Amino acid sequence: MQRILIRLFTMLITLFGVAVVVFIVIRIAPGDPIAMMLPPGATDEDVARLRALYGLDKSLLEQFFVWFGGIIQGDFGTSISLRQDVLGLVLNRLPATLELSLFALLIALSIGGPLAIWGARERGTSIEAGIDIANGAALSIPDFLWGLVLILTFGVLIPVFGISGRVSPRLDLPFVSQFYLFESFFRLRFDLTKDLLSHMFMPALALALPLAAIISQLLKQSLKEVMDLDYVVLARVKGFSETQVILREALKNAALPTLTLIGVQFTFLIGGTVIIERLFSYEGIGNMAIDAVINRDLPLIQGIVLVFALLFVLVNLAVDMTYTLLNPRLRNA
Amino acid sequence: MTPCLTITNLSATLPGGARVLRDVSLDVNPGEVRALVGESGAGKSMIGKAILGVLPSSVRQVSGEIFLDGQDLGALSASKRRILVGANVALIPQDPLTALNPSRRIGSQMTDQLIKILGWNSAKAYTRIRQLLDEVQIRDRERVLRSYPHELSGGMRQRVLIATAFAAEPKLIVADEPTTALDVTVQKQILRLIATMQRQHATAILFVTHDLGVVAKISQQVTVLYGGMIIEQAGVSDLFADPQHAYTRALLRATPRYNDPDARVEPVQPDVLAGLQNELAANDHAWEKHLG
Repeated sequence: MQRILIRLFTMLITLFGVAVVVFIVIRIAPGDPIAMMLPPGATDEDVARLRALYGLDKSLLEQFFVWFGGIIQGDFGTSISLRQDVLGLVLNRLPATLELSLFALLIALSIGGPLAIWGARERGTSIEAGIDIANGAALSIPDFLWGLVLILTFGVLIPVFGISGRVSPRLDLPFVSQFYLFESFFRLRFDLTKDLLSHMFMPALALALPLAAIISQLLKQSLKEVMDLDYVVLARVKGFSETQVILREALKNAALPTLTLIGVQFTFLIGGTVIIERLFSYEGIGNMAIDAVINRDLPLIQGIVLVFALLFVLVNLAVDMTYTLLNPRLRNA
Repeated sequence: MTPCLTITNLSATLPGGARVLRDVSLDVNPGEVRALVGESGAGKSMIGKAILGVLPSSVRQVSGEIFLDGQDLGALSASKRRILVGANVALIPQDPLTALNPSRRIGSQMTDQLIKILGWNSAKAYTRIRQLLDEVQIRDRERVLRSYPHELSGGMRQRVLIATAFAAEPKLIVADEPTTALDVTVQKQILRLIATMQRQHATAILFVTHDLGVVAKISQQVTVLYGGMIIEQAGVSDLFADPQHAYTRALLRATPRYNDPDARVEPVQPDVLAGLQNELAANDHAWEKHLG
């Protein structure tokens, strides 16, 4: 209980730190949001009036406390470019990005995990060498390049998947939430699920491939280390096959170091959605972030960065909790 | 009577051709304990691993046969061999601290072979395991069954592993220095426990050890090894009364006697070691000729 409270407290401190840093950095960065909003013929008075309207005439410290005080009350300010409530905008887009990231994580696990197990079973053979080469290739190509490769092959040359947007525009959407994929599933509208997945598959795969390579490589390495331990040898002596030994004895213990890394890498993956969403015109929070930066929409950038920070912190918390679940020695500690 | 284990001319090599086992031949009769004695690197654990089919990946068996109850293991497919050896041969490992999976409960680790490999139902397997936990004198067996390995002491874990080894009524148990990793105070109890269990279940044991004191207490037959080569094989009383090989005599002189603490303990003399090196060289020569 005490550990959870400490944990929550450090989370809040982290988020406050992020708030301070992002607030300062985007004000140091060049570009004036007011200049972007006004037509070329605007007078100095117009500029000053608009500045006062958005509170940009006050001192930095004052601006920060106005903004931060608002956040505590649940008011993240108003977007300058879209003239809407920041919190509403972010919450509206967040589910799309969450679905994309989780789907990508799922793909990464279902490619990387079996590859690692296969490689560990065939350790020392040419099959393992082949897996190593594939991992190296997947890792050395960044996600946005994978995105372009996928668009060219499965969007243009052999058009099987959607390459733009989240869902086909001609479809009627009965959804009440923004979690389209989950909702289509629970409403048993599998025609919509299929369309959503078809649009989500390529961006998710592009995000997943580097992560899959990392999972496969690290998990295979940990498995190989565990495979020579005494309790694994004892399981072989009992008559268990190599695959059974890996799944029953080795996997759970070998998964621990991989899990930590997946946590870190998953936050990178969420970061990667910014470019990938742009590439696939996917209407998520990352795509909105790029527009916000182009328009120098300070309140919106701040809101988006805070949401990303919150996601990162929550992912780390989830990793810690899974760690305790997998390792009985940590439970009473 | 068919021996329960027969090994004939077993040789194994490391990459590069160096031999870790040199033409090893031995028998273990049903219900009999044969000790494998030697220094580190004598190949005594290798023999156990070869029988169990868990030789390190770098070691290759290059000649010889292993018969289990008259059945040639080399003639079986890998999966048939695995099942046959799993059902008939068990292992009591050296280090109880690393031989149990840290993330699985004791009960599940003790019963998994009975249920998953031998096809027992869960109730029968647990009845069997409870009975064996009584036999190895674990008092709060229900707590032990629910425990994770880190919640038990080293001695308790070795008792658990001994009980597990006897669970499927194997014909043969390979005990790989089962007391070496334990506290001296616990060693004696565990040794006595293995001896008692062995008599009750009439299980043959191949007992790997470097301790001649242990050999005298538990075994009927002894095989002395050096450098992967059998130096001498004999019944335990004959070996202690009338050792034939200079190395065996040197080993006996190098063993402290607990009933006679003032007796001199001598290291193995250089001339004995030189003689052994000559024998190994002659053996290598014969092997190269055999390979052509």
